[in-house]
Amino acid sequence: MKADRVNDFALKIGTVNGTGSASANGLIMQSIFRMGVPVSGKNVFPSNIQGLPTWYEIRVNRSGHVARTPDFDLIVAMNPETYAQDIEELVPGGWLLYDSSWPMADTLRREEVTFLGVPLAEMCVKAFDGGRTRILMKNIAYTGALAALLDIDMDVIRGLLEETFGERKRHLLDANFKAIRLGYDYAAENFECPLPIRLEGMDATRDSILIDGNTAAALGCVYAGATVAAWYPITPSTSLVDAFTAYCRRLRVEEDTGRSTAAILQAEDELAAAGIAIGAGWAGARAFTATSGAGISLMTEFIGLAYYAEVPCVFFDVERVGPSTGMPTRTQQGDILLCAYASHGDTKHVCLYPKDPAECFEFSVQAFDLAERFQTPVFVLSDLDIGMNDWVVPRFEWDDGYRPDRGKVLDAEALAEIETFYRYLDVDGDGIPYRTIPGEDPKGAYFTRGSGHTKYGKYTEDPDEYQEVIDRIAVKIDNAADAVPPPEIRSRPDARYGLITLGACDGAVREAIERMEAEDGLRLDYMRIRGFPFAPEVARFIEAHDLNIVIEQNRDAQLKSLLTLETPASKDRLTSVLRYGGLPLSARHVIAGVKDRLGLAAETAEGVGT
Amino acid sequence: MTHIAKPRVFHPSLEKNELGLTRRDYEGVMSTLCAGCGHDSVTAALIEAAWELAIPTHRAAKMSGIGCSSKTTAYFMSESHGFNSVHGRMPSVASGANAANRDLVYIGVSGDGDSLSIGLGQLCHAVRRNLNLLYIIENNGVYGLTKGQFSASADMGSKSKRGVPNEQPPIDPALLGLSIGATFVARGFSGDKQQLVPIIKAGIRHPGLALVDVISPCVTFNDHVGSTKSYAYTREHFREAVEAAFVAPKDFVAPADEITADIGSADVRDVRMHDGSVIRFRQVEGDYDATDRDAVYGYLRERQNAGEVPTGLLYVDPDSRDLHDVLGTVDRPLWNLPFEELCPGAEALDALMENYR
Repeated sequence: MKADRVNDFALKIGTVNGTGSASANGLIMQSIFRMGVPVSGKNVFPSNIQGLPTWYEIRVNRSGHVARTPDFDLIVAMNPETYAQDIEELVPGGWLLYDSSWPMADTLRREEVTFLGVPLAEMCVKAFDGGRTRILMKNIAYTGALAALLDIDMDVIRGLLEETFGERKRHLLDANFKAIRLGYDYAAENFECPLPIRLEGMDATRDSILIDGNTAAALGCVYAGATVAAWYPITPSTSLVDAFTAYCRRLRVEEDTGRSTAAILQAEDELAAAGIAIGAGWAGARAFTATSGAGISLMTEFIGLAYYAEVPCVFFDVERVGPSTGMPTRTQQGDILLCAYASHGDTKHVCLYPKDPAECFEFSVQAFDLAERFQTPVFVLSDLDIGMNDWVVPRFEWDDGYRPDRGKVLDAEALAEIETFYRYLDVDGDGIPYRTIPGEDPKGAYFTRGSGHTKYGKYTEDPDEYQEVIDRIAVKIDNAADAVPPPEIRSRPDARYGLITLGACDGAVREAIERMEAEDGLRLDYMRIRGFPFAPEVARFIEAHDLNIVIEQNRDAQLKSLLTLETPASKDRLTSVLRYGGLPLSARHVIAGVKDRLGLAAETAEGVGT
Repeated sequence: MTHIAKPRVFHPSLEKNELGLTRRDYEGVMSTLCAGCGHDSVTAALIEAAWELAIPTHRAAKMSGIGCSSKTTAYFMSESHGFNSVHGRMPSVASGANAANRDLVYIGVSGDGDSLSIGLGQLCHAVRRNLNLLYIIENNGVYGLTKGQFSASADMGSKSKRGVPNEQPPIDPALLGLSIGATFVARGFSGDKQQLVPIIKAGIRHPGLALVDVISPCVTFNDHVGSTKSYAYTREHFREAVEAAFVAPKDFVAPADEITADIGSADVRDVRMHDGSVIRFRQVEGDYDATDRDAVYGYLRERQNAGEVPTGLLYVDPDSRDLHDVLGTVDRPLWNLPFEELCPGAEALDALMENYR
């Protein structure tokens, strides 16, 4: 370990689920953010309400590389059940902060680790009354110890507590700060503070916010003018609709009446949630549902209906580990193929792949525009890491000149000018027919059906009439390739190889590229896919490189499969680096995988740990 | 074929409603159901009810799932939008449409297969949601399009066309609706249009979900001796619990004397709805109270145990609060609220960003 590592380290806090540690961890994370230092926090939590082990990982990096790292310099071990695992995961030379109210077994000691015992429980039992309070304060107290050890600005901490509790909850403010002082004073008196890993104020987060992707996507829905939301509770997407509900209570209230300009329906299951969103889209509203992979599985029949009957609606898929129930509180990119082709028969869907909460906000607005413009379901594929963890991203901005793209809708006035309205007729040659909103005009009435229909909207079982419509829909969806967000491409001079990824892998892959160039002189081009059907640049990028390594978080190389299916690029130009165990991707794994594929293996992928 | 349009040349002497429309204006394309199908009679009753209520033809939305019954939404009101959705899922699609636009008249047509098997969950939760929807179940006890399998409404012991008895207990939509808080429960018979039309009218005007179970025999697969959903069996065991007429608010339609003519004046009891309309009940059974949920439930069980098919507008809750009342949404349809009203704008966003610092 280098002697002094200012603003460049990682720590992990191991606690017990349901003991209030989330607020303590959030406080640490937010304090570092307020000190102007790039930071990330990853909640590694169990599918449980109380009692099971839970961790919170914080990475601080002055260069802005805040993808997850498995190399922990400091671990706060508050859960004896996981002592052994926590100690094992420390880098040589690292520090273990633990509650020394009870002795630590000698068998757990590791030579190259410094053990910092703080009698947190003992101090809190003396200082506070009541069992629950003592447990909560014990967790707040480690925040104080960390403040001393890492040099977290105590004024910032104090300020945050004041914002949280205010004058109205003065007693809570005092209790919390008292616990923090207990931890801080003990550490300051007993250890050499600060440690070589420490913080120093910077100015790198002034124009940033700290926000999770589900909140950001929900805000996008509010700004896009969504009026109907339907959902069924499922981790990790629940907080998206929770956030939408909370925003609507503030921002969607009719002044005179106090009534809401949004209908939020908790459905009986995901099938109904999809049905509600589709019914609302058909009736003219901007409607969405939010779910995870298991929910998409249930919705697929309805998705086929929306595709074939050409009903606009937006599906948020906050991916988690599958198949089946999988690991509901862990992240994965396992629904790429599912969403691209959801439902029986020939279907293909417009998909957007945000990399972080900022793009969740942006793409969420864009998804409604695309859904209405192309009259089709649009999927926004986020994941648990993006959706539920707090990320430092640039402040969101809004252009007041924005107006929703409602697509080709004929109102009564427009209908008056045409002789006959046919719902599925390709009048303009772009594959997109005109639609009407129910109730607007008798001339616009048509019968919507998922059964075979002609371009005139009539029932059919005739082969040619059926094919004509389904072929036209294919053209329509293909044309969306030019409308989805283009890939982000970063080129280095003379790079022979390309790295291709999507979504939340972005940070780890870009960090890996920088490190491989700095440490090994390896130059690599980068392409991050942001939408499907693929924009033309995607195939060009693949063709321009001898070898492209597709990095993604699933077992079956789903993005790579999609690239081979949906671009003319040769399969030989593509290979994979895959991580899919449920934790966010780290640069270390990318580097190991890429070097292995390029025959430069310095360490094997197997030796890289979790 | 279902797209065969009927001739649009009408006889000039056809009776007109207050919108100047004849009954023919409320028709749809030609039915493709079997000759004598009970469903076509329900379609005729719907046309009559919509004409009498003078619903503007484009201000209704016809919602359905999959099955013979669900096809019928094409056979009436061709100037209304229709949505023939997914098997058993009409209730959710109707919920979404209603959430988006509360101003349309929603007419849902489903069947016993669509609503009591694959869509039972959706039916129950739509009832709980109490969206403003007329929900007709055309109930014949069999799957027609797949050639005669029992549905979940088939009675114990009822025999299939091949003579095999059903040995699973039936799900009765009326009892089910009552037990999960339905605010309007009725049962009719496709062979009794005079009873059915007022029920449909009251159901359309009911501010909430109006669940109407209509025994509608399948002439091809379930009209034989031994079936309890045949025309003959239903006529024989039919028992009218209460006779109902629907009186719309005075400024809207139909003078009250017309209603009295239909129903007679003895033993009349009016139940006034919040929108000013009145459902006028004529007592057939001595002390029948169509607003007493538990009593109605008990009555239905008792008459069914006696082998009867109790019919009529069985239950109504005059204090029904629909989906939008419960959600607290604005009075206007959500789908076309001005964007300026929906988007908080750049300044609000900037202020909001401070919460994430």
